[in-house]
Amino acid sequence: MTRTPLRPLARILSARERGENPDSIERENIRLRQEKVRDRARARAEGRLLLLGAAFVIAFAMIGGRMGLLAASEPVEPRTADVGVPINAGRADLTDRNGRVLATNLLTHSLYANPKVMVDPARVAHELAAILPDEDEKLLLNRFTDGRSFLWIKRKLSPEQMQAVHDIGDPGLLFGPREMRIYPNGRLAAHVLGGASFGAEGVHSAEVIGTAGIEKALDAQLRDPANEGRPVALSIDLTVQAATQEVLETGMKMMNAKGAAAILMDVHTGEILSLVSLPDFDPNDRPQPLLSGDPGDSPLFNRAVQGVYELGSTFKILVAAQAMDLGLVNPESMIDANAPMVWGKFKIKEFENHNYGPLLSVTDVIAKSSNVGAAHLGLMIGQDRQQAFLKALGFFDPTPVELIEAPGAKPLLPARWSEITTITVSYGHGLSASPMHLAAAYATIANGGTLVRPTLLHSDRPEHGPRVMSEQSAHDAVLMLRQVVTRGTASLGDVPGYEVAGKTGTADKPRPGGGYFHDKVINTFASTFPASDPKYVLIVTLDEPVETSGTAPRRTAGWTSVPVAAEIIRRTAPLLGLRPAIEPPPSDAVTLARN
Amino acid sequence: MRAVLHALCFLAVIGLGFWAYRENYATQAALRDLSDLEDEIAGLRDALSVQRAEWAYLNRPDRLRELATVNFDRLGLLPLEPEQFGQTDQVAFPLPPELLLPEIAPDANPEEQIP
Repeated sequence: MTRTPLRPLARILSARERGENPDSIERENIRLRQEKVRDRARARAEGRLLLLGAAFVIAFAMIGGRMGLLAASEPVEPRTADVGVPINAGRADLTDRNGRVLATNLLTHSLYANPKVMVDPARVAHELAAILPDEDEKLLLNRFTDGRSFLWIKRKLSPEQMQAVHDIGDPGLLFGPREMRIYPNGRLAAHVLGGASFGAEGVHSAEVIGTAGIEKALDAQLRDPANEGRPVALSIDLTVQAATQEVLETGMKMMNAKGAAAILMDVHTGEILSLVSLPDFDPNDRPQPLLSGDPGDSPLFNRAVQGVYELGSTFKILVAAQAMDLGLVNPESMIDANAPMVWGKFKIKEFENHNYGPLLSVTDVIAKSSNVGAAHLGLMIGQDRQQAFLKALGFFDPTPVELIEAPGAKPLLPARWSEITTITVSYGHGLSASPMHLAAAYATIANGGTLVRPTLLHSDRPEHGPRVMSEQSAHDAVLMLRQVVTRGTASLGDVPGYEVAGKTGTADKPRPGGGYFHDKVINTFASTFPASDPKYVLIVTLDEPVETSGTAPRRTAGWTSVPVAAEIIRRTAPLLGLRPAIEPPPSDAVTLARN
Repeated sequence: MRAVLHALCFLAVIGLGFWAYRENYATQAALRDLSDLEDEIAGLRDALSVQRAEWAYLNRPDRLRELATVNFDRLGLLPLEPEQFGQTDQVAFPLPPELLLPEIAPDANPEEQIP
């Protein structure tokens, strides 16, 4: 750029000649120069502003365009997200204590139809009726042609059925994926597991919800995605459960009983290793509840938890244990057992009108199962203390076991606890409780007197409940129970090596109109083994059993429940890893002598 | 000098463009692979749960009991009995080495040793 001088000599000289001030030329030039600089600076600033404006416009346009694109596009799963833990929305599995599957999910398909796009509804209805046996062709055709645009046809299809439906080849038939709950072991532990069905249903998925048993009781936990589908381990041992069920079913048939229940429980942890109620059902195909008749006769009825029965003489050990705990008696104390005992207008008799009296030791009251002896023990304790003790053992509340049926099975208590109630409750009448209550009470005695809460969830740690009775009286009570088996009413219950200790109970069934049946009984055998260091409690209950091998039909627990329980112990104790106590071998003929 | 710099910048832009193009397609290919793999994993997981259910179904105690009964001639399986528990002193443990008799060499002829 050529620089124009501020004072050009030619113009200065001519200005001087004209007598003008040459400085004005310089000022004029300075002004021009400054104007030029200003114009240039303005142009540059304008350019920059334009550029900045354009940049902003472009940036906003990009953001706006991107937002529009995002708003208008289909959402997709992020592909680059870390492939760590996938969200597991499925229902968690149930396993037994060793991890064997009790309930799991299987992917199947459901079938639905869109009749609006169906090509030939008549043919589809005809062929579907041939594939799905429980569908009616006419009904299907009616539903296909009544103008609706959606209908469910079947919730679960087997793969073969699905292929057959594919082969129909009609565009109006559509499939949706369905998680389905299956119980691979069939009828085994049916009353524990309960069953499952579909809740809210959509085309793409359906909720699986528990309908009974532990599936319903733990529904929220099993469905919680926070658990990431971790299986829930139950306390049930599948092998033991299978053996118990097999023996109990055979025993129920042999004893001509119409129902049976068995509970095997760990006395230290309260875990239920086996819970059987017969007759049972297949949870994969849960039957409908009975609409008429006694719901207790339905296979759905869980006799071990829901069935509240007068448990009979099995209660006598409770009164004996309490009397010893209060220091009123010791196992050798002599008790008035002179039958019949008259109390007001009531007459308390023994089985078959025996009289074991006039005096019996407390041990013999239990071993011979004397009603009168137990009644006197109850009177010594008194109403209030008896109620408090039974309440502490949990006989006044439903059992806390994790089944949806458990809270509904409240024990039936007498309305007024009079002295005669104390007497009858002492030998197990007038108060109805479930076998599960009895199992918890016997476990409390067997583990040394601390309360046991029955549970169906696997736990490793022993339970330390509040103390209900002293260790010494609990120990004495177990020794008394052992006497019942070695020389009392449960002599058929002895299993060599396992030192079974237990108490029989035979209770007449109450007649619906009042009074009792004389030929219908509930037989219970409540036992614990091995007596020297009790580890397990087994309760076996038979409903209306009769043993017919003798000349007259026998209905006492000693002839019915006890042999069944003994066989269950003989089969399950080795499975539990319980080593039989070996009797000392006979000493050699040569005796060691020392001089 | 300036022209060389311009030429270098131009070449760098071309090179970067080519690199970005390749990276873009490589990323898309990797994402496709990943989604294929994820589908495969989901499929395998489903298959695994089916296998697990099938394993449990085939190992259900009822069936094992029936199989044990049917194959009793060959296997002779019976329920576990209390008598099958043993004690450790009933087990024949191997003797400590110093109590073992020395082995006779196989080539020694016993008749030759008789004087």
